[in-house]
Amino acid sequence: MNLPFYTQLINLLAALLLLLAFAMLTQRRILSLINLFALQGFVLVLSTLVVAYSTHQSHLYYSALLTLILKVLFLPWIMHRLIHALNVRWDVETLIDIPATMLIGIVLVIFAFNLAAPISQFAGTITKSTLGIATASILLSFLMMITRRKAVSQVIGFLTMENGLFFAATSATYGMPMVVELGIALDVLVGSLIFGVFFFHIRETFESLDIHHLEKLKER
Amino acid sequence: MNIASGIVFQVLQSVLVVLIAPLMLGWVNQCRAWLQNKSGAGIWQPYKVLNKLFHKDAVLAHNASHLFRSTPYILFGCMWLAVGIVPVLATSLPFAPAADVIALVGLFALARVFVSLAAMDIGTSFGTLGARREMMIGFLAEPAMLMTLFTASLISHSTSLATIVETLGHRELVIYPSMAFAAVAFLMVLLAENARIPIDNPSTHLELTMIHEAMILEYSARHLALVEWASSLKLTAYITIGIAIFVPWGIAQAGDWTGMLIAIAVLVVKLTLAGAGLALLETVSAKMRIFRAPEFLGTAFMLATLGMLTHFLLER
Amino acid sequence: MDASFLQPIEAAVTLSVIWIGLGLIGLAFMRAPRLVSHAVFPAGALVSILLAATGLWAIGAPPSAAILPAGLPDLPFHVRIDALSGFFLLLLGGVSFGISLFAVGYFRDTEAATLGQLSLQYHVFLASMAFVLIADDAYLFMVTWESMALSSYFLVTTEHHEERNRKAGFIYLLVAHIGAISILLCFGVLHGGHGDYTFEALRAAELSGFWATVAFLLAFFGFGAKAGMLPLHVWLPEAHPAAPSPVSALMSGVMLKTAIYGMIRVIYDLIGGIRWEWGLTVLLFGAATSLFGVLFALMQHDLKRLLAYHSVENIGIILIGIGLSMVFVGSGHPVAGALGLIAGLYHTLNHAVFKGLLFLGAGAILKSTGLRNLNEMGGLIRYLPHTALYFLIGALAISALPPLNGFVSEWLTFQASLQAPLLESSVVRSLVPIVAAVLALSGALTGMCFVKVYGVAFLGQHRHELAEKPREASRWERAGMLWLAAACLALGLLPVFMIGQLNNVSQALINAGLSNEAMASDWLWLVPTSSAQASYSPIVFLLVIAVVFELTYLVVRQVYHGRLRRSDPWDCGYPEQTSRMEDTADGFGQPVRQIFAPVFLIHREIPRADDPQPVFKQSVQDRHWYWLYRPIARFTEFLSGHVGKLQQGRISIYLLYSFLTLIALLVFAQ
Repeated sequence: MNLPFYTQLINLLAALLLLLAFAMLTQRRILSLINLFALQGFVLVLSTLVVAYSTHQSHLYYSALLTLILKVLFLPWIMHRLIHALNVRWDVETLIDIPATMLIGIVLVIFAFNLAAPISQFAGTITKSTLGIATASILLSFLMMITRRKAVSQVIGFLTMENGLFFAATSATYGMPMVVELGIALDVLVGSLIFGVFFFHIRETFESLDIHHLEKLKER
Repeated sequence: MNIASGIVFQVLQSVLVVLIAPLMLGWVNQCRAWLQNKSGAGIWQPYKVLNKLFHKDAVLAHNASHLFRSTPYILFGCMWLAVGIVPVLATSLPFAPAADVIALVGLFALARVFVSLAAMDIGTSFGTLGARREMMIGFLAEPAMLMTLFTASLISHSTSLATIVETLGHRELVIYPSMAFAAVAFLMVLLAENARIPIDNPSTHLELTMIHEAMILEYSARHLALVEWASSLKLTAYITIGIAIFVPWGIAQAGDWTGMLIAIAVLVVKLTLAGAGLALLETVSAKMRIFRAPEFLGTAFMLATLGMLTHFLLER
Repeated sequence: MDASFLQPIEAAVTLSVIWIGLGLIGLAFMRAPRLVSHAVFPAGALVSILLAATGLWAIGAPPSAAILPAGLPDLPFHVRIDALSGFFLLLLGGVSFGISLFAVGYFRDTEAATLGQLSLQYHVFLASMAFVLIADDAYLFMVTWESMALSSYFLVTTEHHEERNRKAGFIYLLVAHIGAISILLCFGVLHGGHGDYTFEALRAAELSGFWATVAFLLAFFGFGAKAGMLPLHVWLPEAHPAAPSPVSALMSGVMLKTAIYGMIRVIYDLIGGIRWEWGLTVLLFGAATSLFGVLFALMQHDLKRLLAYHSVENIGIILIGIGLSMVFVGSGHPVAGALGLIAGLYHTLNHAVFKGLLFLGAGAILKSTGLRNLNEMGGLIRYLPHTALYFLIGALAISALPPLNGFVSEWLTFQASLQAPLLESSVVRSLVPIVAAVLALSGALTGMCFVKVYGVAFLGQHRHELAEKPREASRWERAGMLWLAAACLALGLLPVFMIGQLNNVSQALINAGLSNEAMASDWLWLVPTSSAQASYSPIVFLLVIAVVFELTYLVVRQVYHGRLRRSDPWDCGYPEQTSRMEDTADGFGQPVRQIFAPVFLIHREIPRADDPQPVFKQSVQDRHWYWLYRPIARFTEFLSGHVGKLQQGRISIYLLYSFLTLIALLVFAQ
């Protein structure tokens, strides 16, 4: 088994992406969660750059730059400021305890890998086997959103999911600029969405950021 | 490679590692002192302590059994065997086929069981407390450790450490993403198994928080010296296992004298870096409460499992 | 004896019949208890060792069969002995030799009438197990299977004056019969309505896919019930403690293995055409069983109950090995399958040996101190040094620590699971190493459990003031334990010999054995596939540790000194150390109870702060009773309540029932 060097590199970065997604799943502190998110963004930038360089897709450089600015620098900065302002640096409360979450996570990973295996056999790209990892990290971030109580960590979960989607896009279909464009558009969308959610919650936080307060909004 | 030079290499490696193990501990302690803005006791301090302990009269509780007295020697023997098997300096040593990585884990388990039994022998409250906690850490760490080693074994199609080193270190460079997971998991297990922060604090003497220290409270003089020496050997053995699996470059083939000299030089560099890294890690993290340990080691296990899954996905 | 005229099968049948004869002699001479205990039991032990030799002989010899002049007129008993039967006969003979020797000492003070009955049931039990192993038709198999269950039932209820023991016996009999029904149905499915019930005919029967799976499931659950597999394990922790210790040793060490034998015989031999899905079922049940067993073992403080839960765990480990083998065989990798099968069978033998030893050790403690509750023991190493040594060997062996035998079979299981990359299905490929990790977890938990047992029972301070000083076990008892302890060492240090025998079994069963390179390795090195992949040498292992031990000892004495002083324990300077400050068995299990809390059903009574006599009570129960057995029991009660309405008490109504049945049969028979 000797894959080309760039494929190896991308595989390594993909593995790091998954590692970080898992680390975020087990992380209790919001501050570390944000740092991990930034780090994941950085790995994403690196992998995009490697794909861009190895396949000479110049438009990918732009999306890498955009990711760098948006996800590594801007969003973490905003969130750092936010949690400072809101003073929510305490431990994240989880709905399910962490070992159980991890077990579910492992099952999800097996499921995702199994799901992606037949698809990636048909893909001709050099990064085909990373599709499974992208799927896994999307599912893991979904899991994180489900199990967390605090709105901030839910938003981070959402952004992580977007990272996974973006990675899937670059790794599976780097030949199609449209998808990349779509990715960028999605980024912008995400950005606006976050602020929507945040403004909503800042209004909400006369008491707290705990989302179980939202349960009051239902009828009856 | 003829048998004679193999045995020379074997003996050389074991004796060398046994001799430098306390130095390793001294170096970690010194680095920790530096990082905490202290001047430290010097890297030779563990030797002075050992010498002092050997000179003292051994004190034994009235009801201590033979098990208690022989445990330090058994412990020392187990650890000596461990560093004889791990390819620290060279592969294809004559003892290496006697145990693969699984047997190595079994060997550490054997040592752990004996030291826990010895801790319960006198029947003191702290001894049993230490034994209970040690066995808890043990059963949590062992699956994680095995899973880490499985990942390496699946890559090299072998559980023999020598073959793993050959595959990973002596062939052309291939990046194994699964090893990233395995390395993190291994580091976590290493910290837990060697009674380091964040699971245990090697320098604590606060009764209620200790694990390893609680078990060996009743030992004194030469028995204590052997136990301490064995635990520094265990730390060195774990670090060298880590080196053999994750950064195997520079390990010689047995019988190759120049390679051996290079291997010694490379080993010293690696151990120095590893010790400094360990000290840094211990300085920046805080000790967990004891029931966070399942979470910590559970994470290690999950990471190792993920590594194996990644291997199946990306590397075949 | 002329070997050329004597077939293994004749020897095996003769020896089994001698056992029955010995039992009858024991019953006949029950007025002379001394004779029974000191002549009948040693003679039984002699038969055991001869049977073990026969088994060993049969492993290498071609299969030999015979038809017994017994049974029903047109349904004679068929017997046959092949490599698989031979291996299990070796196990039965080898382990029961030690146990019978122990029994001589253990039963020496037993009341005469009890001893007579005990002798009969004990030897009939042994003989029925031997017949189960050599039966070659479903009829003889079921008859001996039932007589095995019944004789062991009577042995369990030897001390029947205690309510608890009668209850335990009832649960045992119930589960045994549920299992027997399932096995009977399995034979029915295999039979398929034509031919006869010899194994020859059943083997030849071609089953469609669906019926083969049905037969597999029936056999798996039928034999699983006898083996103590989850969730049918409930009888085991009740029945084992109730029986006298040699009988517990026999039940746990040997009888559970006949269920493993039956499972292998029916699935590999009679059904055949193994599929990997079946293997996966066995594998997952095995993993769950092993983890469950050890977790509950850690919660126990009754030594024999604890050991019974460990039997559950070890059955799980054996099933993991067999399941791996079935997965590999089912997906077309017979060599890896052979490795799994050998691992499973080797663990079967190992478990028989060390569990037998541990139950005998528990018996020795019970005999000399009258204690079964770990929380009341402590410091026994000072009174029972020999028992302590043997028990330590057993404890290290069951904890899967090198260089003893338990480690060898777990190591082989790990090696088999590392053949996972051969498999095509990616889910199974990922599951197999995870199951191996579960095995590692239960192995490590076993280590913890036996540190608890040994530390609490043999080490530390005395927790309980005994009326008199405990006496060391008698010579017979020690000989029994010594035999099994020596077997632990031999099987651990020289595994290659037994692996060679097991390779024959595997060859006979699945037409595949280990690779040539593996079999070519010499006695010192155990090599499962090839020497580049893995090897293990327990002798070098032990030798290095021993040499370093000795050298260190001498060097320290030479360079420094060997001065020693006795004093009070230090313990951080706390002046008074009572035995109430040590961990009890329950205290030692506390971390496990906390970490795995959802597995257990825990009841706690915590005293209030102002309680003048504070008492802390806690009990840990098995959830299976509540979610599985209680609903079934209620349903059965409901059903039998309705059936009970048929009972009117008037003769004419009963006659009516008979009449209606007759009419229905006549209509049906047309």
